[in-house]
Amino acid sequence: MSGVAAATRTGTRSHAQGGRRQLSRRGRERLAAAFFLAPDVIGLSLFVILPMIFCVVLGFYQADGFGDYTFIGLDNYRRMFADPIFISSLETTLLYLVVIVPGLFIVSLLLALLIRQRFPGVGFFRSALFAPNVVSLVVIALIWKFMLTDQIGFVDKLFRDVGLTPPSWLGNPHIALWAVIGVTIWFSMGYYMLIFLSGLQDIPREYYEVARIDGANAWQSFWNVTWPLLKPTSFFILLTSTVAMMTGGLDLLYVMTSGGPANSTTLVIYYIYEQAFVYGEYGYASAIGAFIVAILLIWSGILFALTKGGRFSNVD
Amino acid sequence: MSTETMVPQTQVSVPHRPKRSFTGKSVSFIIALIVTIIAVFPLLWMLISAFKSSEEVLSTSLIPHHATFSNFTYVLTKVPFPRYMFNSFIVAVVVTAAALFFHSMAAYALARLRFPGRDALFMVLFSTLLITFPVILVPLFLIAHTLHILDSYAGLIIPAIFNAFGIFLLRQFYITLPKELEEAAIVDGCGYWTVYWRIILPLSKPVLAALSVLFFLANWNSFLWPLIVTTDTHLSMVQLGIASFQQEHANDWNYTLAASTIAALPTLALFAVFQRHIVESIKTSGFK
Repeated sequence: MSGVAAATRTGTRSHAQGGRRQLSRRGRERLAAAFFLAPDVIGLSLFVILPMIFCVVLGFYQADGFGDYTFIGLDNYRRMFADPIFISSLETTLLYLVVIVPGLFIVSLLLALLIRQRFPGVGFFRSALFAPNVVSLVVIALIWKFMLTDQIGFVDKLFRDVGLTPPSWLGNPHIALWAVIGVTIWFSMGYYMLIFLSGLQDIPREYYEVARIDGANAWQSFWNVTWPLLKPTSFFILLTSTVAMMTGGLDLLYVMTSGGPANSTTLVIYYIYEQAFVYGEYGYASAIGAFIVAILLIWSGILFALTKGGRFSNVD
Repeated sequence: MSTETMVPQTQVSVPHRPKRSFTGKSVSFIIALIVTIIAVFPLLWMLISAFKSSEEVLSTSLIPHHATFSNFTYVLTKVPFPRYMFNSFIVAVVVTAAALFFHSMAAYALARLRFPGRDALFMVLFSTLLITFPVILVPLFLIAHTLHILDSYAGLIIPAIFNAFGIFLLRQFYITLPKELEEAAIVDGCGYWTVYWRIILPLSKPVLAALSVLFFLANWNSFLWPLIVTTDTHLSMVQLGIASFQQEHANDWNYTLAASTIAALPTLALFAVFQRHIVESIKTSGFK
C-alpha cells in the first residue's frame, strides 16, 4: 500500500508538467482503483463467482467423494425429474413460496403502516418487532421446537386451556410446513417492516394533505397515494424475499424439523444439503443448485419486465 | 428513489397535521402492543425457561417457582460452551474487521475513482447478491477442501468475509459525500491512499459502526458454514455447539434454553445499544 501511496505522490508532482498531466493522473487513478478493488474482487471471484460457475459445471458430473469426477452430461438433470423426492420438494417449495411471499408482504406492510403512525412508545414497538431478527435461526428454531413440543409445549397448553385439541405441530406431515411458514413469517416480518417503513417515509406528507383536503378516507389515501408511490419498495421486497425464502431458512429446517416428518418440510434447499452432505452426491446437489439459480434468474427477469425495471434506473 | 425524483424534497416546513383522534391512537397502540407481545414472547419464554429447573421447565408458569442459575452454570462448566463462544467471538471479530476494511476500499474505488469498466464491474459485483450462500454451499466446500482450509480458523473466516452487500451499502454512502474535500486533498498532493485513510474512513465512522454490528451479528449467528467446514469440535462455533447439544440431549430443555439464552443475549444487547444505527442501515439496504 505504501507503494501505491508513493506512486500516486510521484504522480502528483508531475501535476504541473502540462502535457503528461492528463495521462499520468488518469493512469495513477486507475492504478489506485485496481489496488483498492483487488482484495474484494479476488475474494468475491474465488468464494462467490467461482463457486457459482463450479456449481453449474459440477452439475454435469458425477462427483461422489473427493477428486473423483466423471462427466455424465445431462444425467443429473434427467435424474432430477425422475426423482420423486426432488419433485415433491419442488412442490413443497412452490407451496411454501406461494404462501410465504405474499403473507410476509402483507404482514410487514401492515406492521409498517401501523408503526408509521405516532403514538406513545412507537419507537419501542418498532425495535421490539425487529428483535427476533437479531437472534440466530438456530436459537429461533430451538425456541419454537420447545414451544411446539407435543403435549408439553407452551402452544399446546395454550390450545388446551381454551378447550381446543392442538395437532401435532411438528409431527403431522400436513401441519409441519405451516408451522415452519408461521415461524419464518414471525422471524422475518420485522426486517421487511423496516424496509417498508423506509419506503413509506419517502412519501412526501404533502400528498396525504392533498388527499385529505380532497376528502379521501384512509383507504382511498392508501390506494391512491401510498400504494403507487410504494411500488419501488414493493418490487424490492418481492424480489429479495423470494430469493431469501427460496434459498434461506436451511438453519431453521435443519434444527426444527430436519426436513420431516415424511419429507413434508424438505424444501429444495434442504434437499440440496441432504444430497451433498448426507449422501455425498456433490454433482447431483450442484445440478439442483444450478436449477434453483436459473429459476431465480427467470423470476427476477419476469419481475423486472413486468415492472419496467422496478424503476431502478435512478438508483444513483 | 423514484419519489425523490418526482417531487423535489424541499425543506419547507410541513403544515401540521390535525391531531389524530384519541381513540384512533388508542386502537393503534393496542394493536401494536398485541403484535409486539407476539413478537417478543417466544424470546422471553426462552429466558424464563432457562431459569427453571429440569422438573419445572415443562410447566407453563410465567414466573419460575424456584428460579435457579444452575442451568447456566452447567452449560458453562460441563459443556465446552465458553470455548464455542470464544471461537465465535474470534471468527466474528476478524471477519467483521477484514470485511469492513476490504469493502470500504472497494466501495471507495467504485464510488470515487474513474477507471474503464467501472459500472460494468459494479453490476457484476452487485449481481453476486443474487447468489445466496446456501446455493453455493457445495462448490464452496469443495474449494475450501482444495485450499486445505477445512477444519481451521482460516476456513471459518476467509470465505465469510466476501459479500457484496457491504460494498453496495458503503458505495451508496460514499456517492453522497461532497467531492470538494477529496479534490482539495488531491490538489494538495495527497495520494489516493491518504485520501481514503484520512478523509473517507473518518467520515464513514457512523456507517461503518452500523455495518460492523450487522456483520458481527451475522457471523455470531452463522451456523451452516461452520457446520459444513468443521468436524473438529474444538472449532465449533456457538450456534453449532447449541444445535449439537440439543441433538444429544433432546429432553434437557432447561440446559438447551440456558445455552440459547447465553448465545442470544450478546446479540440482543448489541441490538439494544445500536438499535438506531441498525434500523437505519437496514432501511438503507432497501435501495434508498
